[in-house]
Amino acid sequence: MTDTSRRAFLQGTAVAAVTLAPGLTLIATAADARPAGEAASPKQRWGLLIDTTKCPAECTACIDSCKEEMGLPDHGRPATDAQYIRKVSVKDPASGKTVSLPVMCQHCAKPACVDVCPTGASMKRADGIVLVDRHICIGCRFCMMACPYKARSFIHEDQTGQKIANPRGKGCVEGCTLCAHRVDAGEMPACTEACQNRGKGAMVFGDLNDPASEIAVRVATEATTRIRADLKLDPAVRYQGI
Amino acid sequence: MNRLRLAVIGFVVLATAILAGHGAMAGDGRPALPQAKGSVCVEDTQVMRRNHMDLLKHQRNDTLRQGVRGGKHSLAECVSCHATDGADGKPVPVTAEGQFCQSCHSFAAVSIDCFSCHATVPADPARTAIR
Ligand code: HEC
Ligand code: HEC
Ligand code: HEC
Repeated sequence: MTDTSRRAFLQGTAVAAVTLAPGLTLIATAADARPAGEAASPKQRWGLLIDTTKCPAECTACIDSCKEEMGLPDHGRPATDAQYIRKVSVKDPASGKTVSLPVMCQHCAKPACVDVCPTGASMKRADGIVLVDRHICIGCRFCMMACPYKARSFIHEDQTGQKIANPRGKGCVEGCTLCAHRVDAGEMPACTEACQNRGKGAMVFGDLNDPASEIAVRVATEATTRIRADLKLDPAVRYQGI
Repeated sequence: MNRLRLAVIGFVVLATAILAGHGAMAGDGRPALPQAKGSVCVEDTQVMRRNHMDLLKHQRNDTLRQGVRGGKHSLAECVSCHATDGADGKPVPVTAEGQFCQSCHSFAAVSIDCFSCHATVPADPARTAIR
């Protein structure tokens, strides 16, 4: 597909989305839980939309809830402690305008981490969620070097008290799973829920492939940016206000 | 010749003594396993004894790579049925001495790394997330 025909195609979806919009309920829940025994499907592409104008620098609701949900302890060593989300402050040197944005795994359609992984542990699920299969991760950390978003962490010490949803241990790389366990159960990721309940509602989760979903409608009708879009990795996380 | 016979008998006696002192045994020489919750396993007991490792590996790939949830051979489910409650009412890790997975593996000289990552006790019914 050439660039122009792609644009025409995108405009086509935008129109469809607008006509669908009146019937929308703007509750950003995921679809229903996937029935037991059914695999993730390429019909979906899960993504996040983050409006940085609603993301105050001092708010850490998304990070706190992520650590709680995934059982990430604080060893007091921020340089090496596992972090699935971090707040990054960026400043426009010309205007002095600063924005704070939560950065997590961007769940790229063309993930660099998957390309470089020598064992196949770095993988993309059919519904676009990028994961580390820790069962076959050898801890080489090529993915950490390849990821332009610095989204992954290496686990340096033995772990105890892990959450059932997030088995994790020494010697493997890990990162944001987009809360695959919650998404599969029909819930939204913990960060998004916390942002809506305790933050300012900057984050929206949904299926980018479903033209009727809030996220797809907004992506089709509002200005959104992807960070390091120049790398053409096609991330599923989009930002506004940067 | 006599000396050799003595040595062999001595060894057998010693080995029996060591084995007898080593953990609880069922009458037939197999380790006594703690009672599981429920009345049947996810497969026939004989199938489980022989093939649980293969079932687990399939489940692991299906769940993690394919996203299949609610699988019959889920490791989290093994733990929820096979972990016992201690005297204090708190669940005992399945990897603790004398517990289900541990006692049989130590008897069969198997070591698994699954529980360096996976939770060894069942889910806490009260979800405590601060959301
Ligand atoms: C380095 C960490 C790690 C180790 C070691 C590990 N796992 Fe996992 N395992 C995971 C992660 C992460 C998941 C994904 C959990 C999810 O998405 O719910 C998982 C999921 C699973 C699942 C599917 C979820 C469930 O509870 O049924 C199975 C089955 C499983 N692992 C089996 C095993 C077995 C068997 C071993 C040992 C041979 C093992 N794992 C060792 C990290 C690990
Ligand atoms: C619904 C509860 C339940 C679940 C889930 C469950 N088990 Fe069991 N399991 C049992 C019961 C009850 C028995 C005893 C059956 C009997 O006495 O014949 C048993 C027996 C076994 C045995 C044979 C023990 C022996 O006597 O030699 C093995 C091995 C076993 N389970 C492994 C597993 C593994 C591995 C898993 C996870 C894939 C699992 N079980 C999941 C309830 C469960
Ligand atoms: C009846 C005895 C018995 C019980 C009970 C038992 N296992 Fe095993 N398990 C074995 C034996 C024997 C092997 C090794 C088989 C082999 O090497 O071919 C094994 C191997 C395994 C392996 C594969 C190890 C590897 O390196 O390939 C895993 C994983 C495993 N068991 C998990 C479990 C879990 C989890 C439980 C508790 C829910 C459990 N087993 C309970 C006897 C048992």
